[in-house]
Amino acid sequence: MSLDTPPAKGCRDAPVLKQRGQHEVFCGLTGIIWLHRKMQDAFFLVVGSRTCAHLLQSAAGVMIFAEPRFGTAILEETDLAGLKDAQEELEREVERLLARRPDIRQLFLVGSCPSEVIKLDLARAAERLTTRHAPKVRVLNYSGSGIETTFTEGEDACLASMVPALPQTDERELMLVGALPDVVEDQALDLLAQMGIDKVTVLPARHADDPVAVGPNTVFALTQPFLGGTHAALERRGARHVPAPLPFGEEGTTAWLAALAQEFGVERARFDAVTDAPRARARRAVKQAAETLAGKSVFFFPDSQLEIPLARFLTRECGMQALEVGTPYLHKAILGPDLDLLAEGPQIAEGQDVDLQLERCRAARPDLTVCGLGLANPLEAEGLTTKWAIELVFTPVHFYEQAGDLAGLFSRPLRRRAALHLEAAE
Amino acid sequence: MKLTLWTYEGPPHVGAMRVATAMTGLHYVLHAPQGDTYADLLFTMIERRNHRPPVTYTTFQARDLGSDTANLFKTACQNAYERFKPQAMIVGASCTAELIQDDPGGMAEMMGLPVPVIALELPSYQRKENFGADETFFQITRALAKPVEKTAHVSCNLIGPTALGFRHRDDITELTGMLADMGIAVNVCAPYGASPADIARLGAAHFNVLMYPETGEAACRWMERELDLPFTKTVPIGVGATRDFMAEVASLTGLTPQIDESRLRLPWYSASVDSTYLTGKRVFLFGDGTHVAAAARIARDEMGFEVVGLGCYNREMARPIRKLAKDYGVEALITDDYLEVEAAIEALAPEMILGTQMERMIGKRLNIPCAVISAPVHVQDYPARYSPQMGIEGANVIFDTWVHPLVMGLEEHLLHMFRDDFEFNDAAGASHHGGHHTTPTPETQQPETTEESAPGTVIWLDEAERELKKIPFFVRGKARRNTETFAANQGVHEIGIDTLYEAKAHYAR
Repeated sequence: MSLDTPPAKGCRDAPVLKQRGQHEVFCGLTGIIWLHRKMQDAFFLVVGSRTCAHLLQSAAGVMIFAEPRFGTAILEETDLAGLKDAQEELEREVERLLARRPDIRQLFLVGSCPSEVIKLDLARAAERLTTRHAPKVRVLNYSGSGIETTFTEGEDACLASMVPALPQTDERELMLVGALPDVVEDQALDLLAQMGIDKVTVLPARHADDPVAVGPNTVFALTQPFLGGTHAALERRGARHVPAPLPFGEEGTTAWLAALAQEFGVERARFDAVTDAPRARARRAVKQAAETLAGKSVFFFPDSQLEIPLARFLTRECGMQALEVGTPYLHKAILGPDLDLLAEGPQIAEGQDVDLQLERCRAARPDLTVCGLGLANPLEAEGLTTKWAIELVFTPVHFYEQAGDLAGLFSRPLRRRAALHLEAAE
Repeated sequence: MKLTLWTYEGPPHVGAMRVATAMTGLHYVLHAPQGDTYADLLFTMIERRNHRPPVTYTTFQARDLGSDTANLFKTACQNAYERFKPQAMIVGASCTAELIQDDPGGMAEMMGLPVPVIALELPSYQRKENFGADETFFQITRALAKPVEKTAHVSCNLIGPTALGFRHRDDITELTGMLADMGIAVNVCAPYGASPADIARLGAAHFNVLMYPETGEAACRWMERELDLPFTKTVPIGVGATRDFMAEVASLTGLTPQIDESRLRLPWYSASVDSTYLTGKRVFLFGDGTHVAAAARIARDEMGFEVVGLGCYNREMARPIRKLAKDYGVEALITDDYLEVEAAIEALAPEMILGTQMERMIGKRLNIPCAVISAPVHVQDYPARYSPQMGIEGANVIFDTWVHPLVMGLEEHLLHMFRDDFEFNDAAGASHHGGHHTTPTPETQQPETTEESAPGTVIWLDEAERELKKIPFFVRGKARRNTETFAANQGVHEIGIDTLYEAKAHYAR
């Protein structure tokens, strides 16, 4: 568990297992569940089928009591048969929606599998609607369809759609990219401010009016690994990425902050003064959970693209052994620094054939399996201990103060298994 | 296009999954993009099933479109057969695959698999989940059920229970026991727990018990025609319906009706003095047609409630529910739009809602107690304990479930007496509603000038407004509405304390 030295050989050039079969993953629409909470004056209107609406309410788990800021414009037979002008239909639904929700300032038209297949032009619809409702409401569009996006890629597509509309600036600014819970975002901003980095914006901003601009003097840091499209869109606007490991755990957070400190010429003494106390706290907090995790093996099914940085955290800070690290997509440009820190050994897998992967998992008998909701209970019933992956994107897990919580998410299932003595009852 | 926030039913292929997941030895190959695999979690998380649903998804992507989605389907089909070795397969398309028109049924037929392959045509853009389940089970039955010799002793099939149903697991146990008391064996229960081989011997029964018309009626009608199997029309939920059901079974079989009521407690519980406070409680019912019809009868005849509104979300049941509503002197609400249901409840201001998971949300928002009587339901409605809705024990369970969310008789009086006590006041809510449940009612936040009262613009004078606040929160909404209606009818524009009590006297029962 040496924290500061990278392994002799990392996983950057490790062979990647690529299989093509059934994918057991959510589509990009799922991101709406956390995005609509983050952007408090935005509404997400999925143009899709009953399946899309059903997915959103099932993925939301417990439904939100108030009227949610997302909905589905369900395509009907007449829309498909071309009997009705889909553009007009959509405009009518948007009018009704905006009339009922005058608090809405940003509206995202979100493409789905059916709308993509029938080639409904949502970009044109967004343009027309923007013209009609400007300046009060800005209408953007992106696709969260399952034929193009996997789970967290929906957030990537959403943020990427916002980039071209950002105003131009020549200011030297730092932009943090990724939707984080407010409390976590505030912690990051505070750490940066203490280091003297205070011209910082966040994409997505909490409100449509928050000033976020981009230009050739903008540098940006990603707080999530799945933002490849947004990364490319920002580069097209002239911004420059500061590569770093993702800010999970004490080590990841320190490395992430250090990359920014270097970029902005923060002196070592100041960096240490700002980070020493929270680093020590994070180490102490992780240590407690690590007692349960040390020496245990872990197997990742592909889900959120957080798998590589999380495997890095679990192996280096919690003493676990990674057997297989599956990820839906492997963006080496973004994950390179994390792959360098992940010691060689685990099978890195991209994409999925779920039946074959289940066979490998059963053969490996890992102490902990990280997987989606569809697989968790069946695997528990087979005697494997699981951690549902979706909690990792719904729970505050970034930066120092959440490092212990992040480790705790993985140790709890193991502690539960140890705590239950059910043999006599069965 | 229609804007939807929450849906009561999923798409029809989810209905097909409910049938496939309930059965054994059957596998479903679904032509669908990757996101559609979310449906697995309905079964593994909400219903806590310990197996993956027997479904293979082709999970095609954008790059496959126009090139080889058809091959993808064939490969998935072949692999699924080899891996799972089912006795029969069903194949179909989800909403997106329906648009690319690959014809999964035709392709699967051409593959010459050594087991029956049943093609499903489920129009995703017209129909919904219940139809999908009903149609799927009908197609499976039509393909596999053959005329066979009847059992020597009187037997029946239990038809309609599926995975993800509301208390289907326990209803099966309850009915099996009740029928056994009359000397009737269960030949096959389907789809729940049945294999394709079991479906083949459905015809050995003497009659069918149609438990849930939503998911079993098409198959029952077909079996009545083709296999000479009459089916029961009464759904045995509630005391009266259970007795009627047993009489119906007796007339179908020629046996003497026998019903062991030694464990039946609902009638005495309703008649005991504590239940006086139930009498005349104004309830609103919403759910699937079958459960709403059963609940309406229980509410009025077996609990003494007043049914102030009812409706269903499944259009297939619109006709019987409209007719039923007429008998109860109310207008039926037939809609799958959650916002319409919410508006209806808000306007009627019932004292309790009997509904689905959606109405539970509405109830929380409007601060109206709610008990769940119908799918769709959430994980807490798949209890570990035995809790059927049907038969004798079902009636007992229903009494408890419906009474639970209400403020108890004595507690109601205590709340009234000690309404100014700091920890026993309006905002604290009822003790068994959970300590955190202290959200003030919406009306205390925003002194209502609702649309109904807007045209006449009735104004509440301060003193009357203060007096209104002294009324316990659970009847305050009704008092406000009654007073406003009364004032409007009297042509009064300002409500004072006198108006409030005039109205109270007017509406006194």
